[in-house]
Amino acid sequence: MSNTPPTAPPSSTASLSSGSELGPPLVRPLPLPGISSSQKRRQREKKSEVIIVEPFFDCYQPMVLMAGGTGVYVPLRPKEGSTVLSSGDWVLSAEELASKITPRTKAIVINTPNNPLGKVYKIEELQMIADLCIKHDLLCFSDEVYEWLTYDGAKHVKIASLPGMWERTITVGSAGKTFSATGWKVGWAISSGNLIKHMKIIHQNSVYHCATAAQEAVSHGFDREYELFGTPESYFQQLPSMLHQKRQKLASCLRSAGLQPIMPEGGYFMITDISSVKVDLNDKSTEDESYDFRFVKWLIKEKGLATIPVSAFFSPEHSKEFDKYIRFCFVKENSTLEAAEEILRKWSQKE
Amino acid sequence: QLHMNFTLRVLNRFRFLCRSSPINCRRFCTSQPIMASRHTHAKRIEGLDKNVWVAFTSVAADPSIVNLGQGYPDIPPPSYVKEALAKAASVDRLNQYTRGFGHPSLVKALSQVYGKIYGRQVDPLKEILVTVGGYGSLFSAMQGLVDEGDEVIIVEPFFDCYVPMVRMAGAKPVLIPLRPQSGKKTFSSADWYLDPDELSAKFSSKTKAIIINTPNNPLGKVFTRDELQMIADLCVKHDTLCFSDEVYEWLVYKGHQHVKIATLPGMWDRTITIGSAGKTFSVTGWKLGWSIGPEHLIKHLQTVMQNSLYTCATPLQEAVAQGLLLNYKLMGQPNCYFSSLAEELEGKRDRLATILQEAGMTPVIPEGGYFMLVDVTPLKQDLSHMGGDEAYDYKFVKWMIKEKKLAAIPVTAFVGDESKEQFEKYIRLCFIKSSGNLRFAFSLFYRKIALWKQQGKS
Repeated sequence: MSNTPPTAPPSSTASLSSGSELGPPLVRPLPLPGISSSQKRRQREKKSEVIIVEPFFDCYQPMVLMAGGTGVYVPLRPKEGSTVLSSGDWVLSAEELASKITPRTKAIVINTPNNPLGKVYKIEELQMIADLCIKHDLLCFSDEVYEWLTYDGAKHVKIASLPGMWERTITVGSAGKTFSATGWKVGWAISSGNLIKHMKIIHQNSVYHCATAAQEAVSHGFDREYELFGTPESYFQQLPSMLHQKRQKLASCLRSAGLQPIMPEGGYFMITDISSVKVDLNDKSTEDESYDFRFVKWLIKEKGLATIPVSAFFSPEHSKEFDKYIRFCFVKENSTLEAAEEILRKWSQKE
Repeated sequence: QLHMNFTLRVLNRFRFLCRSSPINCRRFCTSQPIMASRHTHAKRIEGLDKNVWVAFTSVAADPSIVNLGQGYPDIPPPSYVKEALAKAASVDRLNQYTRGFGHPSLVKALSQVYGKIYGRQVDPLKEILVTVGGYGSLFSAMQGLVDEGDEVIIVEPFFDCYVPMVRMAGAKPVLIPLRPQSGKKTFSSADWYLDPDELSAKFSSKTKAIIINTPNNPLGKVFTRDELQMIADLCVKHDTLCFSDEVYEWLVYKGHQHVKIATLPGMWDRTITIGSAGKTFSVTGWKLGWSIGPEHLIKHLQTVMQNSLYTCATPLQEAVAQGLLLNYKLMGQPNCYFSSLAEELEGKRDRLATILQEAGMTPVIPEGGYFMLVDVTPLKQDLSHMGGDEAYDYKFVKWMIKEKKLAAIPVTAFVGDESKEQFEKYIRLCFIKSSGNLRFAFSLFYRKIALWKQQGKS
């Protein structure tokens, strides 16, 4: 690790000049204008393959394509043989994942906690992925923007902390999700200097800086949270507690309407199985679309309730397997959730 | 420094948490890493690591150095934009995502201001894209419109990011220098011009676009209507695009006029014009810019945007919108910031030029922008003791920072290899600085220059 102080553009509040008294910096935190740009920068040469775990946040796919790469998709699937009640019941098959690795595979993208499913990968699941990364010398892009939002004691584990993973993992975080300020567009990539240095070159030839005031404010937020870490005053405790209640409430409303929510272990979203609900999607204009897209349009039109079809988060090759789910966001004001509750209550009473 | 220490503390905390788990985390944060051996950089960033700002700004960050180098204002921005930002941040919904291609109130304000200037309707949704600074617009234009194997003509001296951005798109930069009129000592940026035959010869069947920057950084040239018409004729003849970087559009001094090449016949449909909130309102740290152009081009920049940054910061966009609306109403009046800033800077420009002239140097007085080139040849500074193969101006600036505690930017950072010899006796000074700092810089500079002259004589 070089002892030469890395230089930094003047607008960055993190002065990267000289290692502190703790020695040379072990990390090059790179403030970035929002998660999407850091993912773009990790895309590889032409014909490289990038494994994307489904359901995936939708921008991963076009970003891989824009980098001239090919996306290779591996779905999380509900465990067979048991009632699927939680996002923890959706799992990756180690065999299926291993079978997708080729000599052209450069990286695997994971998102934990996951959008839209809400899955929080357990340490043994991450270890399985890590073992494959090390065996095949892959990079890992770990999108952890919802890292502070876990429920029911689920622990967020950083794959970069597993043996052999620090040097091959880029971990992405977000001020927008951390501080409920999505419109601030400050995010960061944390990794070994050997990888960050390449991202810096993209950064200095694309946007070059992020907004000074926004970074300054986020750093103050972290200063405060650092002091309160682990205490009840910590926003990182208060936010998940508040959202936990909203999550419970939405889930019970959905059940009473005959829907089957998959309880998320983390994140902002909840997906719901709509297969047991029989509705007449009598709309010729949506005939060619997948079931969940049709259902969502019907729900907006007939019930005034807006959701997102989950097959939108799957690749074309797998979307048909997953067209019986819709996604709700529960990070909403109580009045919005109450309005949704009212709609669902009326719906359940009619059937 | 504080924030760096914080980051280290957080990581050390993770290391602690790791050690208390049953998993063996001894390798975490190790200084003996397992290297991901085959993972080197992507081809698109080959050779793009050097950057003049990264090289010079941290060196000049030492507070004992008088910094007339990097171009950012130390004069305060107008108070109403700062107030508008504070107000916007206090509204909850303005802290959440806004429209990806530009916050509605901002694109509407841009449409009003530029509609008036262009003398045509500018569709706020289809003909405008808001980006992370002027940089972000340049990046979106390159990535959205320039392909591998294309050629892009760049006029020297150029803002340094143009060449790496062209290369990152897999295209070839084709450079053409502005040249001083032969036989004449150049006193003004107006004395530098493009040779029409030389420019014409640079166009080929592979030419995708030409990048112009008016007012120009670092030279300060404001292209005349005739000069732009000459460029426009070539663009139309060869069916090429034009990327017109006009971030300094409001900073034009008496006797000169900013002309938008997109307003010339046949040019609207092939031009992307770039503007900047940072330069418009002296808030370079806000990092908001915009691209204006025809829908069939802007839509490709929008595609890049939605797959890179997706949106720009909401409260900042809201505040810029308020600033634009306020000044839109004042356009043509003396208290409009679009013109009052230029008046304020003209005085600073003239003072800096006088000092440099009195010191026996030759400033190139800019017609626009906030930079001035100065020819340091008269100082006859011997730098042969400095090793390395850098151009004279790089060595001069490093020497000047170290020995004279005065920072500037070497001008060969803004030209290609073939033109280095033409420009290596010039350094760039920035004059958008407070009166106090400029006074101090001038007096320091003047004393140093006087000392240099004395030393030269002895």
